[in-house]
Amino acid sequence: MIPMNLINTFILPAVAASLLTATTAQAGDIVNVYSARKEALIKPLLDEFSATTGIKVNLITGKADALLKRLQVEGSATPADLFITVDVGRLHRAKEAGVLKPVSLPSLEKRIPKALRDSESYWYGLTLRARPIIYAKNRVNPDELSTYEALADAKWKGRICLRSSQSVYNQSLVAATIDAIGAEATQDWMASMINNLAKAPSGGDTDQLKAVSAGVCDVTIANTYYLARLINSSKEAEQSVASQLAVFWPNQLGQGALGRGAHFNVSGAGFTKYGKHPKQAQILLEYLVSATAQAWYAEINNEYPVVAGVEVSEALKGFGVYKMDPIDLETLGENNRQAVQLMDRAGWR
Amino acid sequence: MFKRHGLSVFAVVIAAFLSLPVIVIVSYLLKADGALWQHLFDTVLNDYLVNSLLLLLGVGTGVLLLGVPTAWLTSMCSFPGRRWLSWALLLPLAIPAYIIAYTYTGLLDFAGPVQTWIRDLTGLGYGDYWFFEIRSLGGAIVMMSLVLYPYVYLMARAAFLEQSVNSIEVGCSLGYSRWRAMWSLALPMARPAIIAGLSLALMETLADYGTVQYFGVSTFTTGIFRTFYGYGDMAAAAQLAASLLAFVILLVLLERYSRRRASYHSAAESRARADLIPLTGTKAAMAVIACSAPLIFGFIIPATQLLFWAVFEAEPLGWDFVTLAWNSFSLAFLAAIIAVTLAIILSYAKRTKPIKPVRTVIAMAGFGYALPGTIIAIGVLIPLAWADHSLIALFESLGWDSPGLLLSGSLVALLFAYTVRFLAVALGSVQSGLEKIKPSLDHAGRSMGHNPLTLLRKIHVPLMRSSILTALLIVFVDVLKELPATLILRPFNFNTMAVRAYELASDERLVDAAPASIMIVLVGLIPVLMLHASIARRRPH
Repeated sequence: MIPMNLINTFILPAVAASLLTATTAQAGDIVNVYSARKEALIKPLLDEFSATTGIKVNLITGKADALLKRLQVEGSATPADLFITVDVGRLHRAKEAGVLKPVSLPSLEKRIPKALRDSESYWYGLTLRARPIIYAKNRVNPDELSTYEALADAKWKGRICLRSSQSVYNQSLVAATIDAIGAEATQDWMASMINNLAKAPSGGDTDQLKAVSAGVCDVTIANTYYLARLINSSKEAEQSVASQLAVFWPNQLGQGALGRGAHFNVSGAGFTKYGKHPKQAQILLEYLVSATAQAWYAEINNEYPVVAGVEVSEALKGFGVYKMDPIDLETLGENNRQAVQLMDRAGWR
Repeated sequence: MFKRHGLSVFAVVIAAFLSLPVIVIVSYLLKADGALWQHLFDTVLNDYLVNSLLLLLGVGTGVLLLGVPTAWLTSMCSFPGRRWLSWALLLPLAIPAYIIAYTYTGLLDFAGPVQTWIRDLTGLGYGDYWFFEIRSLGGAIVMMSLVLYPYVYLMARAAFLEQSVNSIEVGCSLGYSRWRAMWSLALPMARPAIIAGLSLALMETLADYGTVQYFGVSTFTTGIFRTFYGYGDMAAAAQLAASLLAFVILLVLLERYSRRRASYHSAAESRARADLIPLTGTKAAMAVIACSAPLIFGFIIPATQLLFWAVFEAEPLGWDFVTLAWNSFSLAFLAAIIAVTLAIILSYAKRTKPIKPVRTVIAMAGFGYALPGTIIAIGVLIPLAWADHSLIALFESLGWDSPGLLLSGSLVALLFAYTVRFLAVALGSVQSGLEKIKPSLDHAGRSMGHNPLTLLRKIHVPLMRSSILTALLIVFVDVLKELPATLILRPFNFNTMAVRAYELASDERLVDAAPASIMIVLVGLIPVLMLHASIARRRPH
């Protein structure tokens, strides 16, 4: 084993030191962030922010619901100032749980369209994530495609791949569909679509794209930034996957639910109720919707900016412009629970 | 009074403290939401149960088939390569189940190199040929068996090695063949150890979320998280977890009942080794194959794939990998020391005074292993945050500055969670080591006027050295691989290698997750090699 003197001289003091530093996240010109956005997809921005403003950002990343639970349990003692998620359902849940506080800021309201923030200013959208149909160019004629609902048609038997219903992106798609066509029709739609699956749901969005390209199935539903990432990949195998795929924007034509537009979700942030650094948190949030930050999201992770006039990446431009479902984002949050229930009933694993 | 019962009281207090998170989770049963349960019962609960049971059955069979024969062969027989195989068989322990799952999926999936190669070679398309579907219940069973069998192997091997040679010799002199002696004597004598290893593997299986979630297999654990994340219903998730626990308790009780009268210490205290059974020709070849197959599939193939990704395809690790490795290492090291020390105290208290309250509370303290890390983490967070709030109130009433979240916001919470989660691992190994020491030694020591703690230090700890080292190794590696509790409870700006690997993998950048994964494996190798060196020093043959 390791000699005791090594333990005494190095390991124990080092660990003791990290125990102490871990608790000092409360003083000074800082802002503390709980983020469901992965470190790689936010840290560079936060570093840039610290460099320009001199405000230090402390970060914990994790799963949204777990972070939310941590916020709840910590209550008034929480060190967190800002709560960031990648799905509006979780923002809504945080608002309902009473861990956020409404902060109405003209600086943010001016830049973020009304539809992309909470009506009571509990949270603000930061980026848009579209979830269209993606198909194999050589096996599907885009004329065959029309709406999400049409994927229930028997002509797609054995031709669809879907990610599991554990995915929050699928949950929010179903939540939006409930709003458009009603619960019963939504469940029927899912049951038929599940019946058309080429294989049982597994893996992530990228896995579905690879499955379509490998010929396991012909169409899938996935967030666009996964496809954009394959397009921009430096690996030949991934580029070749991407080269066989194309985006179809569903529900663009027709009246009512038929032409409601493609489904999208937002990543966003809200001020915590008991945050100790509201001023710094505000400066950070304003930074995250600045032209620089918005362009960074568009370029690095191929997400659509919430601020008008910001250039998107080449890959996103290639997907074309589309009509978005103008659904009230709060509805997505409200319908989430029902969506999961219907998915259970429809047998969407 | 305290003098006579001091150790028992101390043990009960520690164990009760460690049971707190489990009690918090179980207490959620009081706020059951009938409607949601009805819905789950009507739709998915049946699937969860059936899949979880099949998974347990499959992994249980898998780890026994891989672990016991290899342990027997490497400890009782001699064949080419036995010496290095005996430690190399531990290597799969260093690979987290979700990482081996990602790795094999990358290799064997329809879009992976193996199937692409088959298609290119034969001109067939998808669906024209049969290929093992890795993302399935069967796939999950294979993946978990490959990385969990070392628990059984380790414990069984330690038991075989510590078995008194005399029993086997007596068996042989009574006319048993060597193999017959194994079936009738060695195996039954090693049973507590094998069962301990098996139950660790099974509890780990029940708690696994990463693998089954990635493979799209609906088990009880994916159900817990679906309820938590999908329905946003922590209470119902905790209730599901509590029912999982009830199931585990039932299993443990059944096992206890089945060996209620047996005792497993040997009367003789022989340290001499019988000669190894020499294997030659076909038998030797078969032994080599049997012992290298788990190693090849459980370690060499996945590690090579990870290394290939890490070197040729992934974004290289930044300099912060030093910090990540240090964080992982120091946490795992501290947690291993804490958990094993507590396990020794608890097991010994139980041995000196095997009275009901002591036994019950120790059993409860071990249940954390069967609960998913996320659930344990919340069970840890709630009492610690309560303590923090009380502390803050106290400080404020004294007119001092608030100390902030001293416990729940620091590494204390993480170490507490690791101890709760992995105490069972340490207990399993330490207890089976302790059981082999015959009680007459204790009696002799006590009659000479030594107090129990002196005896523990002077007699028991040296005698069960290899069991203690084994416990340290397993807890260390388990903490190194641990993800969900670390993710929730870690302080600001604190990451481990497992967190880094997870973040990249869950962002669907499996290849970029490879460098961090390989680092977990490498750091995990350190104690494996140390354990080997330590055991080899003791048994130079």
